[in-house]
Amino acid sequence: MAIMTDLAEAESPQPTPVATATKAGGSFVRYLVTRFLLIFPTIFILVTLVFFLMRVTGDPITAALGGRLTPDQLAERIAAAGYDRPVLVQYFEYLGQVFTGNFGRTLTDNRAVTEVLATYGAATAELAFNSLVIALLIGIPFGLLSAKLRDRWPDAILRVFAILCYATPVFFAGLLLKLIFGVWLGWLPIAGRAGINAELALTSLEQPSGIFLLDALRSGNMAAASDVIQHAILPAVALGLLTAGVFLRLVRTNVIGTLGRDYVEAGRSRGVSEYRLLTKHAYRPALIPIITVMGLQIALLLGGAVLTETTFEWKGLGFMLAEYLTARDFVAVQGIVVLLAVIVAVTNFIVDIIAALIDPRVRF
Amino acid sequence: MATTTPTALGARKPLWTRLPIVSHYRMSAGLQRGMLVAGLVLSAVFLLTALLAPVLAPFGFSQLSDAQGNFPTQEPPGDKFLWGTTVSGFDVYSRTLWGAQTAVAVIVVAVVFSIFLGVILGLISGYIGGWLDRVLVVLADAIYAFPSLLLAIVMSIVISQGQSSLWGGIMAAAISITVVFIPQYFRVIRAETVRLKAEPFVESAKVVGASNVRIMAKHIFRNATRSLPLIFTLNASEALLTLAGLGFLGFGIEPTKAAEWGFDLNRALSDASSGIWWTGVFPGAAIVLTVLGLTLVGESMNDLADPRLRMRRKAKRRGGKATA
Repeated sequence: MAIMTDLAEAESPQPTPVATATKAGGSFVRYLVTRFLLIFPTIFILVTLVFFLMRVTGDPITAALGGRLTPDQLAERIAAAGYDRPVLVQYFEYLGQVFTGNFGRTLTDNRAVTEVLATYGAATAELAFNSLVIALLIGIPFGLLSAKLRDRWPDAILRVFAILCYATPVFFAGLLLKLIFGVWLGWLPIAGRAGINAELALTSLEQPSGIFLLDALRSGNMAAASDVIQHAILPAVALGLLTAGVFLRLVRTNVIGTLGRDYVEAGRSRGVSEYRLLTKHAYRPALIPIITVMGLQIALLLGGAVLTETTFEWKGLGFMLAEYLTARDFVAVQGIVVLLAVIVAVTNFIVDIIAALIDPRVRF
Repeated sequence: MATTTPTALGARKPLWTRLPIVSHYRMSAGLQRGMLVAGLVLSAVFLLTALLAPVLAPFGFSQLSDAQGNFPTQEPPGDKFLWGTTVSGFDVYSRTLWGAQTAVAVIVVAVVFSIFLGVILGLISGYIGGWLDRVLVVLADAIYAFPSLLLAIVMSIVISQGQSSLWGGIMAAAISITVVFIPQYFRVIRAETVRLKAEPFVESAKVVGASNVRIMAKHIFRNATRSLPLIFTLNASEALLTLAGLGFLGFGIEPTKAAEWGFDLNRALSDASSGIWWTGVFPGAAIVLTVLGLTLVGESMNDLADPRLRMRRKAKRRGGKATA
């Protein structure tokens, strides 16, 4: 998807001539409301899709416990959970439950799915945030450099680097990082979110946020904080590199576009320095499509998080998803997948609103 | 795309210069040509490896012993086992070569399926319009926004409950990937169809009395599918990454049925912690190089199709000799 979105969004958004200057304020509120309402059909479609797809295979209880129980016991459990009723009845019941925030209980370890989501969601959020920071730190400066030196050898190297970022699966990048920095050089830990002591200290806090770094800083435990940071580096780099390539290409394409505009030439003729032209005049307007694509990257990032978390035993939603997949616990899988879909839908909404705030032309 | 644009005055160039890759090559220059050629070479190596895997690989992908007894486990690269052996005793070199075959099969099936379905849906949706169009667009957008790997996982649960045989596994992986890609083809073709529907030649076909099916199949299809070779190359690489991701999570093909790079990497993960590098590095490098090759070809084709991105040959210095 990285490449496709990059191509599709390479150009600045087309101006829609509907919004006129006089109605600008009103049209923004209207856009906000319409865009907000659009979240619901998206989520509804995804919930429906996942529900029916998962049910096509049969009931979750047979899938999870099939080999372990006798047919009679199975039938009993299925009847008790209501999986013997017509699928449509189950579907509407599930919709009602999801609407009230009840995702059911996992079959393998009998926990509320919402509890699983709350416990492990923070870890995934932390990983996603860290890797986004890495991606921006690498993508933006190198993208600017690549645009400035267009078609010269540094540009060629950076472009191949960007494609390499995309071409390397996160789990392979993770494996290489583990090998080099964890095993051979011995600089960084290769698995988990924190060492045993730090993890104990952080999880026994009162009202932990679940985001280890925040918790460590809040409780003033500097040893734990540095331990957490050390554990966070490799996973964040592995996942961050994946998106860094996309940002690099995006910044490059857009800045090349804006560098050729008349106002940049006008700035140059007034004696504005080349550095300032690049980082202010050409860069600012190029940001809008970057923000839009950043939203689209969330889907890629979450998909990548599943793989990264498995690679680094980072106990987040993705790690649990893989565990539940292996255990064939489809109630848990369904819950996690639906939650991730909701996150994607909401992020896209927020990103669209930010884009509209920056650029009045995209409001309609 | 430039390949289908007739040259001025209807005088067409010879056929071979109008073939997709050849024409791109002739258009390219400098760095861009280098990237295109590098991509073509990598892709060719990938295809040849897939084709010649039975000849090139010294052992079968699930072979654990030969005349001299059982293979050693976790043997470092050496004479007999060029790239070492895995924890279960598979020869890494052979499995990496065989993996190319699995990859090609999945890519081809997945991309052909999704082009087929995506194009048909896009044509119908764009041409007929109305509520059908609206429903399909909303559906496609919802699926497009979904993390593609998650969707592929859900699909592979549906199709095969996870593990499966060689062809079953290939089909399951391919169909899972198909579902992810359909929205992309759908959007491209639908947009083109909506645009073409308003063109005079469609109207004239209607006046002549051509049926809707004929108009869709002849007039619109021919014009709307020009950008497909490009999407094909770009999606091929994504299909491979999705396949590897599925395999890595254990939703691929059983190791005794076929070699699959993602699955091998999953097994190599625990090796890496103890410093055994050869089980992971080789299949991983195979994925990277293949995706790199396919992407370079796709990228170059994309850049060359767009005159603004195409690099021009430096003008030959004229008059240099005259003044000298």
